[in-house]
Amino acid sequence: MDLMNPSALGIQAQNVKAWFGAKEVLHGLSLEVLPKHVVAIIGPSGCGKSTFIRCLNRMHEVVPGARMEGRILLDGEDVSQHDPVALRRRVGMVFQKPQPFPTMSIYDNVASGLKLNGLRSGPQMDQIVEESLHAAALWDEVKDTLGKPGTSLSGGQQQRLCIARALAVKPDVILMDEPCSALDPIATAKIEELIYALKKSYTIVIVTHNMHQAARVSDETAFFLMGELVEFGATSQIFTNPAHKKTEDYISGRFG
Amino acid sequence: MNTNASTRDVVNVAAFGVTALCAALTLGILFFILGYVLIHGIGALNWDFFTKLPKPVGENGGGMANAIVGTAKLVGLAGVFGLPIGILGGTYLAEYGRGRFSFFVRYAADVINGVPSIVVGIVAYTLVVMPVRHFSALAGSIALAMILIPISLRSTEEFLRLVPNAIRESALALGLPQWKVILFVVYPSALSGISTGALLSLSRVSGETAPLLFTAFGNRFWSSGLLNPIASLPVMIFTYSIAPYDDWHRQAWAAALVLLMLVLLANVGARLMLRRRTYT
Ligand SMILES: Nc1ncnc2c1ncn2[C@@H]1O[C@H](COP(=O)(O)OP(=O)(O)OP(=O)(O)O)[C@@H](O)[C@H]1O
Ligand SMILES: [Mg+2]
Repeated sequence: MDLMNPSALGIQAQNVKAWFGAKEVLHGLSLEVLPKHVVAIIGPSGCGKSTFIRCLNRMHEVVPGARMEGRILLDGEDVSQHDPVALRRRVGMVFQKPQPFPTMSIYDNVASGLKLNGLRSGPQMDQIVEESLHAAALWDEVKDTLGKPGTSLSGGQQQRLCIARALAVKPDVILMDEPCSALDPIATAKIEELIYALKKSYTIVIVTHNMHQAARVSDETAFFLMGELVEFGATSQIFTNPAHKKTEDYISGRFG
Repeated sequence: MNTNASTRDVVNVAAFGVTALCAALTLGILFFILGYVLIHGIGALNWDFFTKLPKPVGENGGGMANAIVGTAKLVGLAGVFGLPIGILGGTYLAEYGRGRFSFFVRYAADVINGVPSIVVGIVAYTLVVMPVRHFSALAGSIALAMILIPISLRSTEEFLRLVPNAIRESALALGLPQWKVILFVVYPSALSGISTGALLSLSRVSGETAPLLFTAFGNRFWSSGLLNPIASLPVMIFTYSIAPYDDWHRQAWAAALVLLMLVLLANVGARLMLRRRTYT
């Protein structure tokens, strides 16, 4: 499997605060994601997990009235200095609900990021599409039906299609917001396997409600509570020997 | 309990009965109009009607070829002037519009939608006809465009809003600039809705009479170019039906039938298009 990306970058968040209108939902979070590591973000509903990762690729500011403060460094560079469009090409995102472009074929969905950024179709495009579908572990299932609509796939296949679409623009970092929450256990296992394979070449931040999933796929885990970072450390340590009582309560299912 | 239940039943039946009756009445009116126009119009409809010019007053026969082409020209031009403005404006409201400005645009569009079309005709008369002292196809199509713009603006906005926001976010997250997201992802998803709206707005203005009386006026011959008065089906229906000649009355019915069929065709076509795509 060609995973296409030798130069994954790290991300640092420094004192990140975020607002929706006048409501502050992140109260100064700092954490560091090392290159080619997988960081899982866990925490009860509404604690700001989605908001946080949407700050990382500046999707937060797309929401009317939303803003953020603090610094986010991609490979040491402040992302607020980047053009957001260019930044999002380097920091890809997979959403909770698979969302293939409804009017495009499977092939065009994967190619969309490149095509709409001006790459001509041709052998090079074919190759990137094939590589991306391989990397998303979907190639064998769709290689004979690339012309069919992306929406004709099953939910799990659609989610892998969206992962392939994100991989095709060759990002350095991949953000995943509960990528398995709409999927059955078999499709979930496939995506987890995939994350495991992808981390050889990508830096990944994944939000999940599933403790087992966090424990299985991640190197480090961050526990959020009401817009604060309660604990951040090696996954093995967080799950076996958390430093905070609240982390332990949450992990063992006593609240949240 | 028992009395309660039976009152409820009576109210239920009454509510069902009254609403069903009104629904049937609406349908009845539609079929009555269709049938009435069909019965009166079909007799005068012949090949000459589509191919010949009107005969001079007093002679029987002739047709309305010039008015059919005239309506096509007026409505076509109104579409060329109005649809880009309506569609792009609607795009602004749905994709960029958040603040007070959009509120006023939306409000203005709704107000213009409610203004009697004869007022629009007078405005177009003042703006386009007065300065050159000449009725013209151009003035007529501008009047129609003024009616068409708010309709297509609002329908475009509605259909774009039906495209889930998650699709826009997915596209933005791929590193696409917003204009490309709108052009290549959002528009295709709403295409059938937008074109349906465009078609319906065209069919709506194709029946307008009052604004054309002051602008396109009318013409018993072929009209060349954009700067001459031009015939149209609605105005022909108007002038022929108030004239004292039986033959003209029959031709007015035929013209009404043709116009009705055109509008019906556009509506059915629009429905068929609507059925095809996901987000409509
Ligand atoms: N578009 C929005 N407008 C206003 N407030 C919002 C918006 N989106 C989220 N919020 C608020 O921000 C806070 C954090 O939301 P966020 O979606 O980041 O939580 P989350 O941890 O991802 O929750 P979940 O696990 O349910 O996805 C919540 O209190 C939520 O009500
Ligand atoms: Mg969330």
